[in-house]
Amino acid sequence: MSIRRQAGVTQDAPLMSTLFTRRTVLSGMGLLGLGLLSGCDSSPRLNFKYGKDLSDKIMGRTFKLKNTEGETVTLSSYRGLMPVVFFGFTQCPAVCPTTLARAAQAKKLMGRDGEIMQVIFITLDPERDTPEILDRYVKAFDPSFEALYGTPEEVAVAAKEFGIFYEKIPAGDTYTLSHTATSFVFDTRGNLRLGLQASLTAKECAEDLLTVMEVC
Amino acid sequence: MTAVQHLKRLTAGLALLGLAAHASAQVQVTDAWVRATVSGQPSSGAFMTLTADSDSKLVSVATPVAKDVQIHEMSMKDDVMRMGPVDSVALPAGKAVKLDPNGYHVMLMGLTGQIKEGEQVPLTVTVETANGEKQVIQVQAPVRGLDGMEHMDHGKMH
Repeated sequence: MSIRRQAGVTQDAPLMSTLFTRRTVLSGMGLLGLGLLSGCDSSPRLNFKYGKDLSDKIMGRTFKLKNTEGETVTLSSYRGLMPVVFFGFTQCPAVCPTTLARAAQAKKLMGRDGEIMQVIFITLDPERDTPEILDRYVKAFDPSFEALYGTPEEVAVAAKEFGIFYEKIPAGDTYTLSHTATSFVFDTRGNLRLGLQASLTAKECAEDLLTVMEVC
Repeated sequence: MTAVQHLKRLTAGLALLGLAAHASAQVQVTDAWVRATVSGQPSSGAFMTLTADSDSKLVSVATPVAKDVQIHEMSMKDDVMRMGPVDSVALPAGKAVKLDPNGYHVMLMGLTGQIKEGEQVPLTVTVETANGEKQVIQVQAPVRGLDGMEHMDHGKMH
């Protein structure tokens, strides 16, 4: 157990043991074909079938933004959950709704294990995406989804943290955005683990997300 | 249903009859749909499949529900989604060209109101043949949920 974990031990302990029990039962039944779990996987790398292993990447640890209630949140606000972070904008016609719908579907496919998955949609278009629109937008996909925003400068800092590329593209008298479409997945301790490309299906994502959950 | 909608539907019906009557007619629009929005969301996307029987291009789409309609192209490289307006989309003879969330799509910008699932959005699609002849097709596009409904992951799930 790592040093940075210690502060959260007391709080997280009941949740962790519940999940461990549930996963042991599931794998024991061979339902998910994940093989036996003999304990916490402390290896620095994970074997993902579809996504990219980002276990050795130091990214996205210090973002500080606001949720749609106006509360300041950081990565540690999601301790005990498995954050899935995606950057986009609500006027995005294709990749953003597709990715959010895929995340909602993956969460369903994971059944009860999906309960600790926390989708976090960070707007790259804070000038147009108001907290009200953001909240309605993400919750249309799944009521558990959260959206974060900040000033354009704060969003730029967060995007840089994740190595996100984005730029405004003029479109008539307005603009659209080009942006990185990867979803970033952290384990319940706040370690970055997995990058899910936009080309993956919900089923493929669910399989890799369950692999992240093997780390406890 | 308003009188205007009735009229539009009638027009679309007549257009279809027209297509049937003239075997030489040029472009078919199928599987058109528009993505629903949440209230306050100012833009959405429209998607469809176009099949021209002679080399043509899609030049514009219009709808009363949006102030500005543009055709955009989306492309993915190294998991970066790139987006931008295009002037037209080539419709090679006999080829079904899909405007779907993975490529070209129609951007409905400056929406006049929320687009709700289950409604119909009238679209006026203008196509130009290689010899400069224009064809206007009226389409009633059903509105699907924000998630694009059952067509998610289509093709990869099977």
